[in-house]
Amino acid sequence: MGELLDAFQLGVRAMFAYQAVFFALLAIGLNLHFGYTGLLNFGQIAFAMVGGYGIAISVAQWDLPFWVGVVVGLGAAVILALLLGLPTLRLRADYLAIVTIASAEALRLLFRSVGSSEITGSTSGLFDYNSSFFSLCPWSVSGRFDILGTRWRGSELWVITIGWSIVLLACLLVWALMRSPWGRVLRAVREDEDAARALGKNVYAFKMQSLVLGGVFGALGGMIYAVGTGSQNPDQYQNANTFLAYGALILGGAARVLGPVIGAMLLWFIIAFSDSALAALVSGDNSFFGLFEWGDLLSTTDIAYIRFIIIGLGLMLLMIFRPQGILGDRREVMLDAR
Amino acid sequence: MPADQPHGASAASSLPQAPATTAAPAPPARLAQAALRDVPWEIGVAKPDPAIVVDGVTRTFGGLTAVSVDHLEVQRGGITGLIGPNGAGKTTLFNLLTGFDQPNAGTWSFDGRSLGRLSPHQVARLGVVRTFQLTKALSRLTVLQNMLLGAKDQRGEGFFRSLVPGVWRKQEQANTEKALDLLARFKLDAKKDDFAGTLSGGQRKLLEMARALMSDPKVVMLDEPMAGVNPALTQSLLGHVKDLREQGMTVIFVEHDMDVVRDISDWVVVMAAGKVIAEGPPESISQNQAVVDAYLGAHHDAPLTVEEEDQVLAEAEAAIAREEGTSGEVLSSDGTDREGTQR
Repeated sequence: MGELLDAFQLGVRAMFAYQAVFFALLAIGLNLHFGYTGLLNFGQIAFAMVGGYGIAISVAQWDLPFWVGVVVGLGAAVILALLLGLPTLRLRADYLAIVTIASAEALRLLFRSVGSSEITGSTSGLFDYNSSFFSLCPWSVSGRFDILGTRWRGSELWVITIGWSIVLLACLLVWALMRSPWGRVLRAVREDEDAARALGKNVYAFKMQSLVLGGVFGALGGMIYAVGTGSQNPDQYQNANTFLAYGALILGGAARVLGPVIGAMLLWFIIAFSDSALAALVSGDNSFFGLFEWGDLLSTTDIAYIRFIIIGLGLMLLMIFRPQGILGDRREVMLDAR
Repeated sequence: MPADQPHGASAASSLPQAPATTAAPAPPARLAQAALRDVPWEIGVAKPDPAIVVDGVTRTFGGLTAVSVDHLEVQRGGITGLIGPNGAGKTTLFNLLTGFDQPNAGTWSFDGRSLGRLSPHQVARLGVVRTFQLTKALSRLTVLQNMLLGAKDQRGEGFFRSLVPGVWRKQEQANTEKALDLLARFKLDAKKDDFAGTLSGGQRKLLEMARALMSDPKVVMLDEPMAGVNPALTQSLLGHVKDLREQGMTVIFVEHDMDVVRDISDWVVVMAAGKVIAEGPPESISQNQAVVDAYLGAHHDAPLTVEEEDQVLAEAEAAIAREEGTSGEVLSSDGTDREGTQR
């Protein structure tokens, strides 16, 4: 029982850790793309990668100040969005999906190729770019803090303080945009592009603005991830993360301001909780009603996979019993069925 | 049909047998009909005050010529019905006029301003709005949001200005009032907070028309506004279309129901196989031989006589023979001669 409580505590800790911030920002961007505008961006992780590497390359390779790295990262995300959007946004939705998924993978392979190692560090990665970020921390970076029974390093606390502040600001921005006529046009584009065109809306421009803004959110997520991990390696940016972020978005409820945030937190709770709960189950002498020992059935290496099986099952059940996600409006989702 | 009440009187005077009565002072709404009275019933005839002029517009899809219109003018302030059998190119012409499709050749203008190469939203901003054959209600927006979307020149639709509510709130309020007025006229005010996806098919048609009116258009193009609408609602929709004309808008609509066309249009344009085959006031159309042929086929009313059958047969044989004769020599039906040429 005590082990289960520990696992729960670790789960709660993971809800607030920088990984959750990372996914929350990825999912906020996807929410803007997919939830509000109907754009199928399957390469959100590419925006995170250019964001994170924007800082890492600027600071570690070019010796530029940290804030310049932030600007470089955001600028790179804007350029990437324009490059992806210009040829595809006039076409059907599928084309953006194809181009984004392909370029996310292509960018990762480019960054890890030997030829680009002088800039990106290739597979050996980049380090030592976040010291000026931590020098701004008002408390001791190396200190240990106990908050409600969870332990945090001072540096972690600084990253998540900034991270959750950005999430809060992003949510406020999305909220302000979505209650405005601008947001109304985005939702109209999601429902029917031709109808929006017939009403005099420049659909292409709106889709482009949405793609750029959502991409910038993704880049901010990548930056938080970069300062959180303290090292950059292209393989951190596997495209599976895009789909996990989609999972978080759908879990929380698409086209809801707080949906992606709730979803990302819950996703990380499930991952961390099931991880430590399963580990405790396997390592102890726990049996299944005296029939067999859990330790005989599962090894500790299986756990990493099983927790994703649990997430998959959870998503399936969610789609069956609550297709609108946690915060969604069931009436709205059911309209699609016709 | 209480919605019809205000224009019941004008409808009575606009019945097809009207030519005799239009001499009496017609209500101002029928200006277009009066103006078109002396226009000859010819294809491509010049109108007294054209709002839209189409010149030599051609659109082909592969080998199929979907639209090939030499010259067509649409009278301002009137209701022009566009009819024709399925596949006649009516919707394609609509798409071309509103920028949803681009022609292979030709020019077309609205108020003297060329519409060539404009994208749909630019055409809409000039004041030419359209509805769709398959209704495009924005399902997951409420009815009121659907309406507000139709308003033109919204300040809050700029990305940065949308973040400052002070810039657009006043305009939004004015638009909301206008939208509620229109919704009341179209009897949708009770549904204003419902998702548009929950409306019935007929209500969606009404919503689409009301939404188009939010932009104060000059030309309204309705693609089959009555399709799939129950008869009771048809009457009220008809009333709304007539209202548009009374407010000085130019209406072009595609319709299959001839009773509707006869009832409300000032001028009818008939298309078949991509071409305009006839135009004229509604009463002229049902007697037009080309129209009857297009709808029913040229030989719809009489069985073929023996002589005609022989003639058709002979023509077919001659055609086959022509195709077989590669060198272009004259072939007779005489078998020996044919052998001679083959040798």
